[in-house]
Amino acid sequence: MSGPNTEYDPVEVTPLQAEQVAEARDAAIAAIEAAADLEALKQVRLEHAGDRSPLALANREIGALPPQARKEAGQRVGQARGAINQAIAARQAVLEAEHEERMLVEETVDVTLPTDRRRRGGRHPITLQSELIADIFVAMGWEIAEGPVVEAEWLNFDALNLGPDHPARTMQDTFWTEPADRHVVLRTQTSPVQARTMLTRTPPIYVACPGRVFRTDEYDATHSPMFHQVEGLVVDEGITMAHLKGSLDHLAAQLFGEGIDTRFRPSYFPFTEPSAEVDVRCFVCRGVDADADACRTCRGEGWIEWGGCGVVNPRVLVACGVDPERYSGFAFGMGIDRSFMFRHNLEDLRPLFEGDVRFSAAFGTEI
Amino acid sequence: MKAPKSWILEYVDVPDGTTTDELTARLTLTGLKLEAIESAGADISGPLVVGRVLTMEPEPQKNGKTINWCTVDVGDANGTGEPQGIVCGAHNFEPGDLVVTVLPGGVLPGGFEISARKTYGHVSAGMICSARELNLGEDHDGIIVLPEGAGEPGQDARGVLGLDEEVIEFEVNPDRAYALSLRGIAREVAVSVAGASGFADPALRDTPAADDAGYPVRVEDPSGCPVFVARTVSGFDPSAPTPDFIAQRLTASGMRPISLAVDVTNYVMLETGRPIHGYDADKLQGPIVVRRATDGEQLTTLDGTRRTMSVEDLVVTDDSGPIGLGGVMGGESTEISETTTRVLVESAHWDAVSMFRTGRRHKITSEAGKRNERGVDPTICEAAADRVVELLTTYGGATVEPGVTVVGAPPAQPRVSMATDLPARVSGLPIDTDTVVAHLEAVGCGVTVDGATLTATPPPWRPDVTDPHDLVEEVVRLVGYDTIPSVLPPAPGGRGLTRPQQLRRRIGRTLAGAGWVEVVDFPFVGEGDLDALGLEADDPRRTVLRLSNPLSHEAPAMTTTLLPALLRTAGRNVGLGAGSVALFETATVTLPRATEGAPILPVDRRPTDAELDSLLEALPEQPLHLGLVAAGEADPSGWWGEGRPVEWSDAVEAVRQVADALGLELTTRPAALAPWHPGRCAELLLGGTSVGHAGELHPRVCTTFGLPARSVAAEVDLDVLIEHAVHLRQAPTFSTFPAAKEDVALVVDESVAAADVEAALREGAGELLESIRLFDVYRSEQLGEGRKSLAFALRFRAPDRTLTDEDTTSAREAAVALAAERTGASQRA
Repeated sequence: MSGPNTEYDPVEVTPLQAEQVAEARDAAIAAIEAAADLEALKQVRLEHAGDRSPLALANREIGALPPQARKEAGQRVGQARGAINQAIAARQAVLEAEHEERMLVEETVDVTLPTDRRRRGGRHPITLQSELIADIFVAMGWEIAEGPVVEAEWLNFDALNLGPDHPARTMQDTFWTEPADRHVVLRTQTSPVQARTMLTRTPPIYVACPGRVFRTDEYDATHSPMFHQVEGLVVDEGITMAHLKGSLDHLAAQLFGEGIDTRFRPSYFPFTEPSAEVDVRCFVCRGVDADADACRTCRGEGWIEWGGCGVVNPRVLVACGVDPERYSGFAFGMGIDRSFMFRHNLEDLRPLFEGDVRFSAAFGTEI
Repeated sequence: MKAPKSWILEYVDVPDGTTTDELTARLTLTGLKLEAIESAGADISGPLVVGRVLTMEPEPQKNGKTINWCTVDVGDANGTGEPQGIVCGAHNFEPGDLVVTVLPGGVLPGGFEISARKTYGHVSAGMICSARELNLGEDHDGIIVLPEGAGEPGQDARGVLGLDEEVIEFEVNPDRAYALSLRGIAREVAVSVAGASGFADPALRDTPAADDAGYPVRVEDPSGCPVFVARTVSGFDPSAPTPDFIAQRLTASGMRPISLAVDVTNYVMLETGRPIHGYDADKLQGPIVVRRATDGEQLTTLDGTRRTMSVEDLVVTDDSGPIGLGGVMGGESTEISETTTRVLVESAHWDAVSMFRTGRRHKITSEAGKRNERGVDPTICEAAADRVVELLTTYGGATVEPGVTVVGAPPAQPRVSMATDLPARVSGLPIDTDTVVAHLEAVGCGVTVDGATLTATPPPWRPDVTDPHDLVEEVVRLVGYDTIPSVLPPAPGGRGLTRPQQLRRRIGRTLAGAGWVEVVDFPFVGEGDLDALGLEADDPRRTVLRLSNPLSHEAPAMTTTLLPALLRTAGRNVGLGAGSVALFETATVTLPRATEGAPILPVDRRPTDAELDSLLEALPEQPLHLGLVAAGEADPSGWWGEGRPVEWSDAVEAVRQVADALGLELTTRPAALAPWHPGRCAELLLGGTSVGHAGELHPRVCTTFGLPARSVAAEVDLDVLIEHAVHLRQAPTFSTFPAAKEDVALVVDESVAAADVEAALREGAGELLESIRLFDVYRSEQLGEGRKSLAFALRFRAPDRTLTDEDTTSAREAAVALAAERTGASQRA
């Protein structure tokens, strides 16, 4: 606004009288209060606070008043317009709150409706069990070693002190590939991975080898031509059977629960000497009440046959290029499927290999 | 190995009150594992008593049979003391005989319950038992007549019959072959059970000295047959019965009694562990010669099988030719029969490896072979033969012929040396030298100690003890495996899972998160499976690695593709009522290579790198594959509306999600490959490398596998994806200037691939293009037959300024121009 317009020829303007301003204000506030909804309030705002509203028009004329009157009129009109705007804002807030409340009620849904719009996936429980076991070893600082399932006969047998005429070869019914003189088999154990590890790395070696193995067993509730094994191998200086026991006790406790340990019984495996069968303490009855009918899991024995183990036979170390004078080692192996079966109360192993989605899906993505 | 407890305790004393459980628990802890404890009478319950027949009246029946109406004194066992009236169909007894009677309330093997019942006009209150009814033998010709004095009427018959005998079955490991005998088991009891004493070795006996008067024997292969002992008896009564104790012990040990001569050889084998063979000496022609067979030589063995032998087989021969497969099975021509009166007893030691090979070559498993191939004490041939002779003379009325033939001598025992502290170092237990020596001597070793070195001579029944660690096991098992402490080994800092191991887990989680369910199938495949996929005759997936000994002739090879098993599994799920399935599997497949085969390398040293390479190169390729199959709905129907059926793109997208999880982007191009629909199959590429295929299955394949129409599948090589997975992702930078969007609709021939149009647009648009997305495919009459409109949303952005209209227009025009040039696209008005 520049200075007063001296060339303006003042004319009589009436609405600036106090009564008229108050009247316009009261009419506006009454209309605002009467507005029933936001749409009505919008209309009221146009009429009473818009550019063509009486007070807006009056406001334009203030400039035409003599300087003394201008201030007074300005104050009067300004206050009235302020009051109207305040009333509109207040009414707006009330109406908006009402509107929102109504909308929220109208938008109510039945939240008990099913929500399964996406398929649920799942990983195979044996995969999960293998990973769980691998994680236990990795947490101990071990590494996970792997090898092929179609394997050289030498690695599956000879390197492990199972010569061609070793009686133990008949204990494992081997799938041979054609032609037989190519000396290629389906590995009967994950032990060739141990041989591969010793042949390609230098001690200290701390590895676990989970994987698929094959035997010519007819398929039934407790036998399968393909199953899963995990073996462990440690080769280092000063390794003893006590370390073997410690590692298996740790695995048992991690897999089956605190306080679950293992028991050794003398046994025979060509690749270890001394050798032992490993039993794991029954994690259901804990062997406390060794009564034949008491526990379905261990059949009252208190212990469950778990696997085999022993001190790596020095002959195996020699064949795999490890100095038996400097290093000693231990190895062990157990069935992953079997461990899964008693850990999860599965009596027939066939569901593991029949791909019924209801089976895998039951285990989701973690076990 | 089954062993009656009383038989074991014939050779060793255990403290009074030692229970069978205590005995077997201890043996199990020292290495002779309990398999089962059986008791012969376990399936008989209720009153089974000794009875004395008082009267028997034969009563002919209308059916031609004659039954005997008997009264039997069963003492007070029937509660009254009165004689028991029983009908009996057997006739091999007479009044005054002692018999075995089961009274009402008793249960015989097979759940056969006895009650008083009316039969042949009498109430028969019980039954007089035969051996077969009690599972004691096959003899059903008559009832059991007990020897006078065997028991008193009314007395429990179980003790009299040996039915209270406990039979212990042991699992015998290959290194404890000596425990395949009562001699070995009793020795093991003596060594390992606390307080056991008085071990009496049944093979320790005075035997007559060898001389030249015995049956002539020549051994041409002393390494194959180091010792051959022959003894002869004559005047043997072939009808002499086998004494009860031998028959019962054989039966309890799982062998069938046959005839006295055969039973005696088996009995002595169980007793001493030494397999014995008996010949009908009258059928022998000339001297016995032991040699290797000539190629093609033939022999009919005891089991009636005509066998053609190899030069590696050891044969026993006479002038007629081969008369036995040495150490494995005798021949038919000299077999002992019901007319045999002269028996030649062979007690020979055989080379274990040769036994193993012969047994395997001829597929013979025999009790003799089982022992001979595991290793038998070579020093007891004479004792065992002498024991057989003793039993044949005692129970068969035979007379020993003069002459003792002994050819060869037991090989010397190898000596094994070790550091005296080796057992301690291996076990982690503080085992001192005295303990080491004491335990080694306990198991039969001769031991000398020289400073820190110990030398042991293992006993002749332990051919398995050859290495220092074998001695360690003997010491540690007797110290007790249960005393080994539990100590975690000090592993060095590990490197965790390898990158491929982590990525495989990530792939599994990605797919499970996207709604796919993992399955595990067998990797076996057959011609029929590959036919079912519709593979062409020259499809490389038909080149399979075959198994020599498959379980099923339908699936005799290792599979080259995961799809047959996966489709079958999906079909089975659909058959079981699953409306929708989405399965995945990750497994290796086997792709054969033409190779010479894998060498058998030496084991007395590390193979050279070149030898190892030749071994590894002989193996087939075994890439890790991912297989997927989905059928039914991709998104289910529900209250929200219709579901969405699976379509080809779901299979492609699943693979793309896997690639994305590895930081990789795959491109696609049309392909025609079984088992996919030839018009709906995408080849997936990583850069220029094909990684697999995905799309809709061929309708015929869906039908064959019982899958709904429009099922989809994919198979890709995960090794390639994992190998190229992005390891270290770089942080992105973003432009903060505004983006400009332009849509273009391009009309092309149906045959033009959208990916090609998109690639041309992308290239033509240049650097300013931020993203491009195909958002609509449209066909109409207006466009004309065989034409389609592809609508793309292009987004442009510059790193350093706000784009002008001119910038975006010219970029868009350049993009459209290149698409027009490359694909014949025209912009839709």
